[in-house]
Amino acid sequence: MTVAAATPTTSAAARFSPAWILERISRWPLHIAVIGLTAAWMVPTIGLLVSSFRPFSGQATSGWWTAFQNPTTFTLSNYTDVLSQSTTNLGQAFFNSFMISIPATVLPVSIGAFAAYAFAWMKFPGRNGLFLALVGLLAVPLQLTFIPVLSFYVQHLHWTTDNLESYGIPGLPWVPLWLAHAGYGLPFAIYLLANFFRALPSDLFESAEIDGAGTLTVFFRIILPLSVPALASLVIFQFLWVWNDLLVALIYVGSTASVAPLTVNLAGLTTSLGQGSNLLTSAAFFSMIVPLIVFLSLQRYFVRGILAGSVKG
Amino acid sequence: MDFSVLLQDIPTLLVVIIGVPGVLAAYIVGGEYLVRRLPDKNRPRVRPWIWVGPALILVAGYLLIPAILTAIQSVESNRVDVLDPSTWGTNFVGFRNFSRQFADFPTGGAWVAIRNNVIFWLIFYTLFTLAFGLVLAVLFDRVKYESFVKSLIFMPMAISSVALGLIWDFMYEYQPPGAAQTGTVNAVVTTLLHHDPVSWLQDQWPTDTFNILNNLALIGAATWGITGFAMVILSAALKGIPGELLEAARVDGAGELTVFRRVILPLMMPTIVVVGTTLVIFALKAFDVVYVMTSGNYGTDVLAYRMYNQLYLASNSGGASAVAIILLVAVVPVLIFNLRQFRAVEARR
Repeated sequence: MTVAAATPTTSAAARFSPAWILERISRWPLHIAVIGLTAAWMVPTIGLLVSSFRPFSGQATSGWWTAFQNPTTFTLSNYTDVLSQSTTNLGQAFFNSFMISIPATVLPVSIGAFAAYAFAWMKFPGRNGLFLALVGLLAVPLQLTFIPVLSFYVQHLHWTTDNLESYGIPGLPWVPLWLAHAGYGLPFAIYLLANFFRALPSDLFESAEIDGAGTLTVFFRIILPLSVPALASLVIFQFLWVWNDLLVALIYVGSTASVAPLTVNLAGLTTSLGQGSNLLTSAAFFSMIVPLIVFLSLQRYFVRGILAGSVKG
Repeated sequence: MDFSVLLQDIPTLLVVIIGVPGVLAAYIVGGEYLVRRLPDKNRPRVRPWIWVGPALILVAGYLLIPAILTAIQSVESNRVDVLDPSTWGTNFVGFRNFSRQFADFPTGGAWVAIRNNVIFWLIFYTLFTLAFGLVLAVLFDRVKYESFVKSLIFMPMAISSVALGLIWDFMYEYQPPGAAQTGTVNAVVTTLLHHDPVSWLQDQWPTDTFNILNNLALIGAATWGITGFAMVILSAALKGIPGELLEAARVDGAGELTVFRRVILPLMMPTIVVVGTTLVIFALKAFDVVYVMTSGNYGTDVLAYRMYNQLYLASNSGGASAVAIILLVAVVPVLIFNLRQFRAVEARR
């Protein structure tokens, strides 16, 4: 007992020694800088968040920071208004964003994993040259590809939104966008996964193959389970990229309400409602819900993905 | 809003959740099944193409071939159907599409967009982001609540540039002098600096032909969103520097600033260069922020936006192709650098 009690006493004495206090005080500027910079970084988001709970009269005549003097004026009406107005189509756009993002993630990640397996563990002529070409294509501006692909879709295949919808096949109107996102996402997917697959110990497959396991078994039972961290980063990366994409969706599906994703819808609202409208604040936060949930719950994998492939353009 | 919309369209939901993965699984299982039917000798020759084939077709179809066709389109008139080789040549216009983009220096053609991309965006976006990212990484490294503050800085990375543009529209809001300011930036300017409010997105200070102010306002917004990216990578590199090295420098009497300048900075240089090249590509491809906040007005046009404009508003596919090629030329040095980096890494493997 006495020994156990004595230990905290000595450490407490050390803790409040003049040297310790001096050390603490000398670190105050650091803490002030860190907390101050972080707080400043948060201001734009907090400003919009506070604004989204203020009535139009307040938003138009005073800054968001004045709202705290009179907190009773906070209201949910911006959210209920923007979500209930059928002209904003936010609900439909929310659904569309999911229907675009899920296949546009599944396709490049799966096809990329197949290809990465071949690049990492199979021998075929032109392998190194093809891989080098993929690395070169990582940074090519997508602008370079829009005109021929669009002309192929519209003039040769007649894949306009109206035409595709008229077939009545579910999901068909998004096929052009899914395939485009798959093509654009593949170089990064292959690059990231091939590097990861290559680093796996080769004895694993060799012994499995000696035991009679086929290529499919090796791929699904050994490679994929071992690559969960890389696959998770890639899935999150691609999902957020597609969810947040404006340009590619704007080019290939445009702003038709039945197919347009949230980003296109939100950008359209800035024109139709006018910049500075109080409903935009709530619409903006609505569009941020899914990425923020994904980010906050899977941040670790997201960061890992960024560290693994910081050459994506 | 009617959230039931998420369940109303169950057929689409099924296609997306079961159909697409099902097709992919069927492809690879079916492909392997066929390969196994082949004679032993041919299997290793056919199998890789089953696995790598779909990826090669998609990459060729969506990136490589379209890029080549765009280059052809850029020297043809708008009448050409670039997918039909028999129309090539008959509408050849040489460099006319380009000369239109390069006409009337400094405010005509694509000059404003070129200037904004390769001077303002390239320099300020890259430098601001690297500087903020480095300062934040170094400061945060010294506190215990590092991961918490890091995720707060990093959060804007997760949201779309459209939402980012809206957030900053509100930051930059302008009310006439004397009226209560509703935008945060103008509130700071008027109350703390006692300056008249500034219309950040429209003010073409200092001159209409070299309007740095509103471009910096756009770049500032974009920088805010991307700094977390630079910070995370730089912070990982910082953690890779052995502690003994820094300790040794400090024991030798070097101050914190000297340690940073003489030890940390040189050791982090390779990472800074990699992050910098990525940021240069981002800067050259800037689109969303400009689209949402100014639509390229008031001298804030950028190449990616001009290309979109030429294609959709002007229906000028020749001009749009020329702008895309200009964009490519701007990116090529970075591309070559990336390939060299890759080869160097491969050689060390």
